[in-house]
Amino acid sequence: MDDLLNEFLTETNESLSVLDLELVKLEQNPNDPDLLGNIFRLLHTIKGTCGFLRLPRLEMVAHAGENVLVKVRDGQLEVTTEVVSLILECLDQIRSILAALEQSGGEPPGHDGRLVGRLNDLSVGCAEQAGWTDSDAGPVAGLGLPAESAATALPTVDDVALSKEPGVTSQSVRVRVDLLDHLMTLVSELVLTRNQCLQHLRAQSESDLHAPLQRLDRIVSELQEGVMKTRMQPISNAWVKVPRLVRDLAQDLGKKIDLVMTGADTELDRQVLELITDPLTHMVRNSADHGLELPEERRAAGKPETGTIRLNACHEGGQILIEVADDGRGLSVERIKRKAVEQGLATPAELSALSERQVMQYIFEPGFSTADVITSVSGRGVGMDVVKTNIEKIGGTIELSSSKAEGTKIVMKIPLTLSIIPALVVACRTERFALPQLSVLELVRLPANPEQVIERIDGRMMLRLRDRPVALVDLRELLGADPPREEAPASDGTPASGRTAIISQVGGGRVGIIVDQVFDTQEIVVKPVPSILSDIKLFSGNTILGDGSIAMILDPNGIAVAAGHVVTGGRRTDAETSDQVGRDGEALSILVFRSGESGLKAVPLSLVARLEEIDLGKVERNHDQFLVRYRGQSMPLVRIGSSGELGKEGYQPVVVFANGGRPLGLVVDEIVDIVEGHMAIELAGSRPGCLGSTTIAGQSTDIVDVGYYLSQAYGQWLGVERRTGGGSGNMGRVLLVEDSPFFRDFLSPLLTTAGYEVTAVEGATEALELCAAGKNYDVIVSDIELAQMDGFKFAETVKQSTNWRETPLVGLHSHADPSDMARGRPVGFDHYVARSDKNAVLRAIQSNLTQVKGAA
Amino acid sequence: MMAGTASRDVKDVIQSHAIVSFWLAGQQFGLPIGDVREVLSSRPVTRIPLASGAILGSFNLRGRIVTVVDMRRRLGMPPRESGADGVTVVVERGPEVFGLAVDCAGDVLALAAEDRERTPLAVDPRLRDFASNFYRHAGHSLVLLDIDRLLNHNHPNGD
Repeated sequence: MDDLLNEFLTETNESLSVLDLELVKLEQNPNDPDLLGNIFRLLHTIKGTCGFLRLPRLEMVAHAGENVLVKVRDGQLEVTTEVVSLILECLDQIRSILAALEQSGGEPPGHDGRLVGRLNDLSVGCAEQAGWTDSDAGPVAGLGLPAESAATALPTVDDVALSKEPGVTSQSVRVRVDLLDHLMTLVSELVLTRNQCLQHLRAQSESDLHAPLQRLDRIVSELQEGVMKTRMQPISNAWVKVPRLVRDLAQDLGKKIDLVMTGADTELDRQVLELITDPLTHMVRNSADHGLELPEERRAAGKPETGTIRLNACHEGGQILIEVADDGRGLSVERIKRKAVEQGLATPAELSALSERQVMQYIFEPGFSTADVITSVSGRGVGMDVVKTNIEKIGGTIELSSSKAEGTKIVMKIPLTLSIIPALVVACRTERFALPQLSVLELVRLPANPEQVIERIDGRMMLRLRDRPVALVDLRELLGADPPREEAPASDGTPASGRTAIISQVGGGRVGIIVDQVFDTQEIVVKPVPSILSDIKLFSGNTILGDGSIAMILDPNGIAVAAGHVVTGGRRTDAETSDQVGRDGEALSILVFRSGESGLKAVPLSLVARLEEIDLGKVERNHDQFLVRYRGQSMPLVRIGSSGELGKEGYQPVVVFANGGRPLGLVVDEIVDIVEGHMAIELAGSRPGCLGSTTIAGQSTDIVDVGYYLSQAYGQWLGVERRTGGGSGNMGRVLLVEDSPFFRDFLSPLLTTAGYEVTAVEGATEALELCAAGKNYDVIVSDIELAQMDGFKFAETVKQSTNWRETPLVGLHSHADPSDMARGRPVGFDHYVARSDKNAVLRAIQSNLTQVKGAA
Repeated sequence: MMAGTASRDVKDVIQSHAIVSFWLAGQQFGLPIGDVREVLSSRPVTRIPLASGAILGSFNLRGRIVTVVDMRRRLGMPPRESGADGVTVVVERGPEVFGLAVDCAGDVLALAAEDRERTPLAVDPRLRDFASNFYRHAGHSLVLLDIDRLLNHNHPNGD
């Protein structure tokens, strides 16, 4: 196929996607002349190019569509659903001809007389019958005339109006993907070479090359980042088809659906993007078909007639978080149970023992569909299991929550890129391997005599970890025969001392992989395994390590399968999570560490992004601040609990907090453990940086005030932020009502850092005093469990009072209780989120603010 | 596969005159010069656990990972005496790079169509599978190998 045609195909397909979007927008804003102009221009370009390339069939279809648009532009035809539907149909026809064209290099034989006739009917019909608007009138529904009859008399298009081109096109170029891949390879090579140079430099105490190599170091890092970015695309590319899809579904199903998309500019790797597009579409389709109710049903349930589907994407600690949510009826547990029994997936007795959340996991089972009727929309057996498999294949996770009142929400976490990932470098015998960090949950050092902690059940090794069993796999056994030319290992059957079990997330469960040694984490460039090795399921790829040597990348899923620990479905993990939720109060995972002179310290694990070890030699000292380069940006380090001094060499553990793109590292002496427990503050702290103390595993432990250290590290920035109030950084005013000092101190710096002006009060009474005093806020965030007056009462009062009635209310809960949620809505909570989920809190605030601004 | 065969024939016509030759257990082999990226002295490889015996391991060639195939094992020949250094013929197949470990490299030869021989009757069946043509050059036989068939992991003689 010649280049011209190729170019035309790419360009036209792009234009068609834009047209889909724009037409849906036009349907909602029928009087927007810019929108119409753009649609017109795009279709006209397609028509023009078809003529130029001698593609008469395409040209005729495009031309007929364009004629309808001419009438719309000239005000002779109004934008109605029928007009838009017909033009969309016209685009679909163009698309299918293009597909055939791409296959065969020429236009397929056939006629589009009927479609063209209907289009012409519309454009000609209205000329005679100006002002025609009604949807039921004949022209559309009527059968088309033969194509040739009407086309001749139509006016030609006024080309002058079309000459203005959007300026964006001149600022971007089309680059072939394989060229980018090649650049990426070259950069990886450059990185390796730089590492070798730096290693060489370190061996010499004095060298003239010191300064230039430092510069090279920086430039290479930036170059790597830059090239990475070229492969990134906004997630909106995966969402392009969604508005059209939702519109068509709403039409087909007779539902009213609003689509809200936020975070469309979140970028991710092209390769990942391609892999998630289909699962996303599938989930949106599910929401529209199964999730949202018909308008009547919604009205009967006291909901607005129009249902909402929300798509949201954001970055979170090196991952992309994507949410698909609807405010429909939620999953019917009863129906899932019935189907599970019908399809032989479980017995009624088994099901009765499961919690609602556990039952819901059945929708991820292969072949499961709750749709009673198989429609063209969904219920064809290609279900959520495929979605789950696809997401897990790329190292992501998928979680589902659903309730009758709130609808269904699916949260996916997927890696930013598949080509460069952080990985843990481990060794087994003399061989080194890389294990993707994303699947590593924690490392457990085994004692010299592992039999003390390892239990054997049915010949399988199990490790009891915080009272839950984890299946163990010895990598040595899996790797089979010893590599040749190796000095004899401890061959008496007992593994040498100090081996480590890497607890990994596998499908729905956990598996501990025992390795001999754990080195460090590295950003590795993932390269696929050559096809000749593809039958070895243990490896997901191979990579070149920093020193230039090659390591295979271990695939925890493959390892679990190879070891016979086949973990299916998500029920197992869910049993674990619901376990955690099920315990009364707030059982949190708590990170316990030791630092400074004064004993044990703790932070909730949910706040921690990563645990790292940093090389003190690499720390830059800037006045009294310590900075280290971390994942492409500079991260301030705070020494916790001592004089604040930092050694000059050696390695030190660091607790990394990812704070909305501004990371903070707390330098500690020793990571002690991760425990499950409560964080009730028993003694309020008097020292700065300490919220108080609590008892963890029988020991008094200080709870660290992360907010304090955040503001210490970014204090200057925060200061500026406050002074400029009303400037670009000021996102809005938030009133925080929270009686727990821990969460108050946790949330207010978080919100401040995110750019909000925060007023924090202890209880509803104080809040109402502020209300009486005439203060105004953009959003009120309130705990629902408050001491004197609970959150519901507070919400009710607020919604009845005069001046805060319009202010959005976000409710914070400590554990998801459906009855609370059902209570929250009617009294006026616009959102209902877990207070320990900082991102959910931030998102809820932000979406409320945008709603307010949108309405204003 | 039909289309593949057709295009290979075309390629043969264009490129069959230039081949890179190498030796394995006294037998001369060749690969079309277009398939060969470079010839290196053999270098240490990282073993790939669980890989079949014909896969020696991999090494880093300027940022690309080269998977090394022991050609003697692949072709069912006796192993080389230990201590004898070989050379690695680096070939590209799509996005993948392979190193063929052979005994020693020969010249780049120009073969004429009339040098082509009928497939000898007594040839090892494995060799017959991997060979695209048999030639006679400077008094001895030369087997032109088909890289696609050689590196196809589905091949029954994958070892």
